Amino acid sequence: MQLLSGNEAIAQGAWEAGARIGVGYPGTPSTETMESFGAKENVYAEWCANEKVAVEVAVGASAAGARVLATMKHVGVNVAADPLYTAAYTGVNGGLVVLAADDPGMHSSQNEQDTRFHAQGAHIPVVEPSDSAEAREYTMQAFEASERFDIPFFVRSTVRVSHAKSPVEVGERVERDLIPYEKDPSKWVMMPAYAKPRRTSLDARIAQVAQWAETSPLNRLELNDTSIGVICAGASYQYVRDALPNASILKLGITWPIATGLIAKLANHVDALYVVEEGSDYLSMQVKATSVTVSEPPAHALPKEGELTPGIIRSAFGLALPEELPTQQDVPGRPPALCAGCPHRLVFKELSRAKCIVTGDIGCYTLGALPPLAGMDSTLDMGASISMAHGFELALAGTEHHPVVAVIGDSTFGHSGFTSLLSTAYNKGAGTICILDNRTTGMTGHQGNPFNGITLQNRPSRELDLEGMVRSLGISDVQVVNPNNMKDVRAAIKGATSRTEELSVIIFRSPCVLLKKVFERQAPYTITSDCRACGVCVTLGCPAIARIEETGEACIDPDQCVGCGQCQAYCGFGAIVRMEGALR
Amino acid sequence: MSVYSDGATTVLLAGVGGQGTILAADLLAKTAISNGLQVKLSEIHGMAQRGGSVTTVVRLGEQVHSMVCDRGSADYLLCFEATEALRNLPFLAQNGKLLVNDVSIKPLPVLTGKASMPKRVHERLGEYNAQLVDANKHAREAGSLKCANVVLLGALAANMPFSMESWEEQIRLKVPPKTIDMNIDAFHRGVQSVASEANRS
Repeated sequence: MQLLSGNEAIAQGAWEAGARIGVGYPGTPSTETMESFGAKENVYAEWCANEKVAVEVAVGASAAGARVLATMKHVGVNVAADPLYTAAYTGVNGGLVVLAADDPGMHSSQNEQDTRFHAQGAHIPVVEPSDSAEAREYTMQAFEASERFDIPFFVRSTVRVSHAKSPVEVGERVERDLIPYEKDPSKWVMMPAYAKPRRTSLDARIAQVAQWAETSPLNRLELNDTSIGVICAGASYQYVRDALPNASILKLGITWPIATGLIAKLANHVDALYVVEEGSDYLSMQVKATSVTVSEPPAHALPKEGELTPGIIRSAFGLALPEELPTQQDVPGRPPALCAGCPHRLVFKELSRAKCIVTGDIGCYTLGALPPLAGMDSTLDMGASISMAHGFELALAGTEHHPVVAVIGDSTFGHSGFTSLLSTAYNKGAGTICILDNRTTGMTGHQGNPFNGITLQNRPSRELDLEGMVRSLGISDVQVVNPNNMKDVRAAIKGATSRTEELSVIIFRSPCVLLKKVFERQAPYTITSDCRACGVCVTLGCPAIARIEETGEACIDPDQCVGCGQCQAYCGFGAIVRMEGALR
Repeated sequence: MSVYSDGATTVLLAGVGGQGTILAADLLAKTAISNGLQVKLSEIHGMAQRGGSVTTVVRLGEQVHSMVCDRGSADYLLCFEATEALRNLPFLAQNGKLLVNDVSIKPLPVLTGKASMPKRVHERLGEYNAQLVDANKHAREAGSLKCANVVLLGALAANMPFSMESWEEQIRLKVPPKTIDMNIDAFHRGVQSVASEANRS
C-alpha cells in the first residue's frame, strides 16, 4: 500500500501495464505524472518541445509496437489536437494512452476547458478515475482497451484527482514485447484515399468501444433509493457520495463514448435523474442526447464554472449546510508574487517605466502583470506574446504609439514562440522581443527544456544555442543582457525600442533564483537612515521590501532578501546598502 | 464529529507558499494510514506557491469519500500564519479546533502600502478559542526555522488519537536523515506547547 497522488498512480499504472516510452510537456496539474514515470525502471521518458510533438512521438512509438504514455494539461490538448484528431483514424499498434489533466477552478491555468469535448470531437475514448487507486487501475485498463479496439485512449483527470493523494495497492510490471510493425499505408498514411475507409473503420471501432462501455466494470451502477438518481464521474462522484448518501448513482468511468443502456437502467429505477459535473455541461448534454429526462436540482442549478464540493451539491438539492463562522472582511489578498531575487523583475519594471505595450506569455513571469510592476498588457496562450506583438505592430503601423514589446520565457519560446518568431521575421515584422531566459521551466517546478541541456531522465544532452537560433531567422539585432543590472536592462530596452523599423531580440539571461542558489553567499541589503520615504523601491514588488505604514520609510526583511541588489540601483538617496558581515 | 456523511475527520492546513504545509499534511496522512485509517489528501500547487495563500486538506476515517473541505466543515484548522487563520475561519466547523502559528507574513499589497494588515488579530482569534503556537521560536530552538511546520504538526498531534511513536516513525521515514533528531525535537516542542497552554487555562 502506497500513498500516491493521482498523477503518480497514473504513472504507476502505465509502468505496470508495460509502457516503455513516456512523452509530454510539463503543465500543472499533469506534470508529476511524467516525472514519476521517468523515474521508474525499464522506461524511456522525455520532455518534448510541446504537446503536439509529444503526441506525434507517441503515435510513432505506438506504430512501432510499444506501449506509450503521453501527458499534458488541458490547454496542451489544444496544441496536440492536430495529431490527436487523426490518431483516432490511424489507430494504434502498441497501446497509446494520453493523460489530459483538466483544471476546473483555474488554480494554475488561463482557462477552464473540458477535455471530453475534444475527446468527442476527435473520437478518442475517455476513462475518468475518481481517486488514486482508480487512476492506476483505469490507466492499465486504457492500455488494454487501446490495443483491443485499435484506438488511442484518454485518461482524463482534474486537479482534485491529479493532486489528491490516497492509498494505492501497487503491483508488478508486466514486460511486453514490441508488437511487430508491418508496413500498411492504408492504416498509417492518412491521405484522402486511405482516410475515407479509416473513417468508416473508426465508427465501427467506436461502436465496439460503446458496447464494451455497457459491461465494463469501469462504469458502475449503485442502485439505492429510488427517489434520486445521479450520473457523475471523476472527483464529482466522491462529492455526490458525501452530499447525497442515499442516492442511486451511475458512476461513469468511461465518459466517452457513453453507456446509454446503463443510463436508461438508472432512469428506469429512479423518480428523478440528475447529472452532477463541474466546469462544463459535457456530461449532461451527453445524457440528454439519450432522450432520458434530466432534472434540475430542486433548489438551484449547479454552477457551470469552477469546482464542485459536497456543500455546493447539498445546497443545490436544498439540504442543510453546516453553520459557518463569519467571513473576516479586512483580510488583505495574498496574490502570488515574483520571488525575491527573480531575474525577471527589473525587465518588467523597466518596460513599465518606458510605457511599452507588453504582450506577455505563459509562465511564472505572467505575475509581472500584477501591481506594483503592472508591466504586462496581455496573456493568451503559449507563444502568443510574439504573434500578438506582431498583430499590435501591424494594426498600429503608421500611428504614433508606445513601443510594442513581447516577453516570453525560454521554455515557452521552445514550445511555440520560435514558430511565432519565424513567422514574424518572415513577414518583416517590427518590434522588440524579450526572451527571459532563466535557464529552466520555472512555473511547473524546474523541468528541463531545449535551452538548458537537462533531459527528464538526466541523460547527456546538448544545450541549444538560443542566440544562434534567433540569428538563423535573419534577425541580426540580437543581444544578451544580465537582467539583474538595472542600467543594462534600461539601456537595452531603450536602444532596441528606438530602432523601430526592424525586429530586435533581447535575451535577458540569468538563472531562476530558486533553481540554483544564485546569491547563496551574498549578504542581505538593508535600509539606512538616509531613506526619504519616496516609495520607489517598493514599486519593484519584491517580497523582501516593505513600506512602514506609519513613516512611509522602507525596510528590508533580512530573512527574505537574497542579496541580489536589484533594488539598490533604484534608490536615489543611496539608502539601500549591503549588511556587511551578515552572510546568510 | 464530522459534518460529512462519510464520517471522516477533516483537517485543513492553511499557510503561505513555501511554509511546508504539504510536508506536514503528508506526515499526518501517513500517520493516519499507519493507524489503519483511510486517507485522502488534496493540495493545490503551481502558480499559487509563489508567496500566495495555500491550503491542503487531509481527510481521515474508516471510509473517506471527498478530498475537499466546505465552509463550516473543518474539524481542525491548522494555520501556519495568523492572517491566513482569519481568511480561513469560515471553513472551521462549529466545535472545530483552531491552531495558529503566532506569526504574521505581510502579503505584497501590504508591503507596497496598498492594503493593511487586519487589526486585533489575537483578540479575534481568541473569540474562536484559538490555540496560539510560537512555532518559529520553537523551531529555532530545535535547530532551524525550517522545521516550524513540524512544530505545528506536533500541536495538531496533541489533539489527535495517534500514539507519539507512530508520528515519530513517519517523521523518521520522511525527513532527510541528518535532520531526523531536529525534527523529532521540533515535533515534541509542538506537542508540549499545546499541553502547557492547556495547563494554564
